[in-house]
Amino acid sequence: MAEKTVSSEPAAKAGLQQALLAPVRLAMGIVDIPMRAWQKLTGVNGMAGVFLAPNMLIFSIFVLLPLVINFIYSTTSGGAIFLPNRTYVGAEQYRILFDCRSYLDPSTCAADTFWAAVRNTAVFVVFQVSAMLVAALATALILNRELSNRGFWRAVFFFPVLLSPVVVGLIWKWILQRQGLLNYALSPFGFEPFSWLSDRFWAFFFAVFVSVWAHMGFYALILLAGLQAIPRDLYEAAAMDKASPTRIFRRITLPLLMPNLIVVLVLALIRAVQIFDEVFVLTGGGPGTSTMYITQFIYETGFASSLRNPGLASAASILMGIVLVILTLIQLAASSRNEKKGKRQ
Amino acid sequence: MSAVGAFLLRRRGRGWHWTDVVTWIWLISGVILMFGPAIWLVFSSFKTPAALAEFPPSVLPYVTEQAVVPGYDKPLPLYNVTMPDGSTRVLAEVRRIGIMGQMVDPKQLDEIVKVNIKDRTPVREVEFATNNYTEPFQRFDFFLFLRNSVFVTVVATAITLLVNSMAAFALSKYQFPGRTAVMLMILATLMVPLSVIVVPLYSVIGSLNLFDSLWGVILPTVATPTGVFLLRQYMLTIPDELIDAARMDKASEWQIYWRIILPLSAPALAVLAIFSVVWRWNDFLWPLIVLSRKELYTLQVGLNVYAGELNVQWHYILAMTVVSMIPVVLIFVFLQRFITTGIAGSGLK
Repeated sequence: MAEKTVSSEPAAKAGLQQALLAPVRLAMGIVDIPMRAWQKLTGVNGMAGVFLAPNMLIFSIFVLLPLVINFIYSTTSGGAIFLPNRTYVGAEQYRILFDCRSYLDPSTCAADTFWAAVRNTAVFVVFQVSAMLVAALATALILNRELSNRGFWRAVFFFPVLLSPVVVGLIWKWILQRQGLLNYALSPFGFEPFSWLSDRFWAFFFAVFVSVWAHMGFYALILLAGLQAIPRDLYEAAAMDKASPTRIFRRITLPLLMPNLIVVLVLALIRAVQIFDEVFVLTGGGPGTSTMYITQFIYETGFASSLRNPGLASAASILMGIVLVILTLIQLAASSRNEKKGKRQ
Repeated sequence: MSAVGAFLLRRRGRGWHWTDVVTWIWLISGVILMFGPAIWLVFSSFKTPAALAEFPPSVLPYVTEQAVVPGYDKPLPLYNVTMPDGSTRVLAEVRRIGIMGQMVDPKQLDEIVKVNIKDRTPVREVEFATNNYTEPFQRFDFFLFLRNSVFVTVVATAITLLVNSMAAFALSKYQFPGRTAVMLMILATLMVPLSVIVVPLYSVIGSLNLFDSLWGVILPTVATPTGVFLLRQYMLTIPDELIDAARMDKASEWQIYWRIILPLSAPALAVLAIFSVVWRWNDFLWPLIVLSRKELYTLQVGLNVYAGELNVQWHYILAMTVVSMIPVVLIFVFLQRFITTGIAGSGLK
């Protein structure tokens, strides 16, 4: 009896699967008829276009077309959304963006919030990326040691990566509030409760901290994959030669990890330049404009503020795009140099 | 530097080295720092508004015990009171005037005792405020947000898999003029982030009449270059002989794609599916821009809007946040291995 139920269960499951898949099969069979006709007409290679078309269509409409429109958009002004309703003003938007008496002081610029956002982003990128690299490298080196339950420890550091930026922002907002966990944890040391996010310095600190917290596991994982690809016998040979740990790290680990380090560095840079969601939920850009970054400027200028100016937002996003293209080119150059190096060795 | 080097050198069974100490400190503080905030969120989401406002906060959701006292309409909160003679009694508070509380003994109703509030501590019990979870479903559009998020995630993932795998099949198994150009274009746009094209994309969506429509959220995300790239790399490893054999058997190209290539690409499709679900579920900036009618909000947009509006009602926000975390945590628990190998192998996120 028992055997019978065991054997009939998978059969029932398979039957259900068949039943569920039947309409999909039918639909695909129906699609096959025009496909066959088309194939007769164009030959096998003509089918490539058919397979490529849906993706290319969506891609062109929602990625390529906006990329082109963005340039036209940035030469127009007014609050209208549709391009034909907008007035052409040439380089006016760029002139506004670059209209500064002194570039060192954002408040002397016509678009002062833009320059505040640029400066904030630059400072943020420097601190966030270096903190990210150090934390991810340290975590990867530690996870690469001979640990039992390595899978568990890897998962620990990876967990926040999957959380949504809104959840990340809300969790930390909750912890950092005046009656929050952090103030409680600090109270035995004689600290008075403090509104961490209403202070300029601490709001910046936690913007960096929270974004590192949320993404560090991702980069640590890439570095860990690189560390595990380093052949073990290199270390054994070095140990045989009684090389010092410092020397081994500098002569073996670091050079062989370099390709992964560069990937991590550039990915972290590209993402730090675009920082928005977590910090927006955490601080809303405040206090004042101290944690307002470029993407938030684009969002607010283009969509949210009462003085909507999509043309200006477009121009700002093109400037940001240029920075990102430069970063990408650096990555490509660096990785091709690495490849050449690898071939020579 | 030498410390870092030593990590790589140490072998098991040589006793404790100071680098072991550092390792364990790092790992244990990692557990606290990475899991702690989320666990704190879950515990907090079960607290009543009164318990949330409390400082210092407690880990477990305590509430003040209450007693029904004859002669009073509402249940009264119970307190442990230290009497002037040093004894303690359990009294119920009738009202509070300044620093004095007027208390009554639930068993002896004859006298009202006036007590300095310094001399009383609430009688507390652990109670999970599950109505933080049930009320948002009834009072807000929470269920609607949830439905919208599920719809966007499922439909966008299905389209992503279909459309990207078709393109990847064409790019890996056919020789046609312009193949390299298409590939280069896809690679070039890999690095174009949404934030660069939001403004013109908004006007494109507008001219297609997709404002305030979930399709406006779904469509721009489905032709992801990352997906095409990942699937193409995988399909290149499928031997062409299989396809040639199928052609001999008079299978159409569509059948080859559907019956041979897709089933064989299942591992890569699974990785892309997991990522697509996580991306779409977590999306924030684009839905925030496209959706302005409340009944169309996805969970993430709804959460953020409520967090702004209901600043004082953290008990609802925390509970909604926990619910929005559930699918991602489930994916994490069950598919962690696939996700981490997917990332390590392709640098995909």
